[in-house]
Amino acid sequence: MLPVDPAVRDRIERLEIPFNAFGIDPYGASKKEMGVFFSMLKLMYEKYFSVEAHGLHHVPPRGRVMLVGNHSGGVALDGAMVIASMFLEMDPPRLAQGMVEKFINKMPFGSQWSTRCGQLTGLPEHAERLLRDDRMLMVFPEGARGTAKLFKERYTLVQFGTGFVRLAMRTKTPIVPFAFLGGGEAVPTIANAYTLGKMLGVPYVPITPWGVALPLPAKLEVHYTAPMLFEGTGSEEDDVVFGYVERVKSRIAETMELGRRRRKGES
Amino acid sequence: MKVCVPGISGKLGRLLAERLLEQGHEVIGIDKRPFKDAPKELLARIEMHEVDIRKRAAEDVFRRVRPQAVIHMATVTHLVVRSEERYRINLGGTRAVFDHAKTYGVEHVVFVGRHTYYGAAADSPLYHSEDEPPMALQHFPELADLVAADLFAGTMLWRHPALVTSVLRMVYTLGPTGHGTLGTFLRGPRVPTLFGYDPLFQFMHEDDVVKALIATLDERPRGVFNVAGPPPVPLSTIIRETGRTEMKLPEVVFRGALGRFGLPRLPAGALEHIKYSVTVDDAAFRAATGFAPDVDERTAMHAYAAAFPVQSR
Repeated sequence: MLPVDPAVRDRIERLEIPFNAFGIDPYGASKKEMGVFFSMLKLMYEKYFSVEAHGLHHVPPRGRVMLVGNHSGGVALDGAMVIASMFLEMDPPRLAQGMVEKFINKMPFGSQWSTRCGQLTGLPEHAERLLRDDRMLMVFPEGARGTAKLFKERYTLVQFGTGFVRLAMRTKTPIVPFAFLGGGEAVPTIANAYTLGKMLGVPYVPITPWGVALPLPAKLEVHYTAPMLFEGTGSEEDDVVFGYVERVKSRIAETMELGRRRRKGES
Repeated sequence: MKVCVPGISGKLGRLLAERLLEQGHEVIGIDKRPFKDAPKELLARIEMHEVDIRKRAAEDVFRRVRPQAVIHMATVTHLVVRSEERYRINLGGTRAVFDHAKTYGVEHVVFVGRHTYYGAAADSPLYHSEDEPPMALQHFPELADLVAADLFAGTMLWRHPALVTSVLRMVYTLGPTGHGTLGTFLRGPRVPTLFGYDPLFQFMHEDDVVKALIATLDERPRGVFNVAGPPPVPLSTIIRETGRTEMKLPEVVFRGALGRFGLPRLPAGALEHIKYSVTVDDAAFRAATGFAPDVDERTAMHAYAAAFPVQSR
């Protein structure tokens, strides 16, 4: 096993999660595996990408919350770095729990490592249970369509699902919209190989100018914005829910646009 | 109260019979197997009928004794009975229990079922609730009769509403009797697992199983309930804490090696159950009965290890 960073070990102890005597939480997240995982993420977060996290004061320190953001980069870099920022920069640290694509769970080690690190299969039942348990849920409403964005589309958003808003309303969960920038530069996808993906049992394989999707050490940024709480039961008509989805989506789009201009040197 | 226990001759049956007597109940046992585990003193205090629940003689017991409650434990898994007979025991037997209960004025029937009802699959959620349908049966047809018996028992809730029916979906048992699917799986010194998979397993100590059954008898909750003990533990931890050695095999090798080299014989579908977790949400049962387990996961695993130490060669 890889060495565990002492600072990571200390933060794991400070996670406000009910671990049992074996260091396992009720969803299978394990102190031991998270030690390895977060030590690796810490290196990537601090050294390789030197990620900048802004607006951390918008994220509630405890209680149920949904982090909702854009996909950026052909592999799950964005999710990993959001998880890292919540773990490394919040006080006390928080475990952001994402919804993992179903194909991961079918692969050896995929299911084992994702659950040991608190990342559950993307199922509505899991999302609702985690929120009712006052956990932090990380959601990318663009889904796999979002990670498939090409380099030229890197500052755009594709269609948002609506399930996350209904769930937030039903469980009275605040939504913290965030914008993730730089993933498109780190993994500049020029095309996606869908047939190759099918052969490998994954949705697609992103192709970069140098072939594989090994990320470049591009500057990554994540901007958290003020929480949004939508009143209701979650069973409202579509046009009501679409309105709320649009509000979240435009907040993310505006934050992305500000970031894009700043990164290009415009003001 | 007169409590009839079909399937009493198992390991749990003895513990249950002792607790029922302690609580001042009369115990009427029905089982075609002789009650070998029961000491003489216990046998002297219960009314034992060595008959098949599906046969006429069992109905005679109901007619003559008129029990107020039935705790139906006479279902078997593929590990115990590997033939067509299993189908007849699980479905024919369950039907007979409810038919007699209806005819002879039983007030409360407890169906002791299994949490494996929900099935294991890559896309099944953690912590199933009672309203979920069974999944992945096509991969594990050996479970179909138990699932059918569970659903059949549940139909009593509307077909015979005067009878209080409690359908319990209980997690694996683990404890010093070594009873049950998990206890059997862990028996050898080396326990095979699938390389790259480590599912969560939920189990309860056999004393807690009996405690949950007594709580059901006392509180008479109507409906279908998941019953669980302490929080789940990864399979690798169970193997380690029971003093066994984990043997991680790639899936292809595993399938080929089943039943050989001292490995247990398992149907192909059982592999899904050591790849993916089957965990249940027991909040409804706890709320309905006030049940809480007494034995934690570590104690249960160590009790099993002490009763079944690994023989050094």
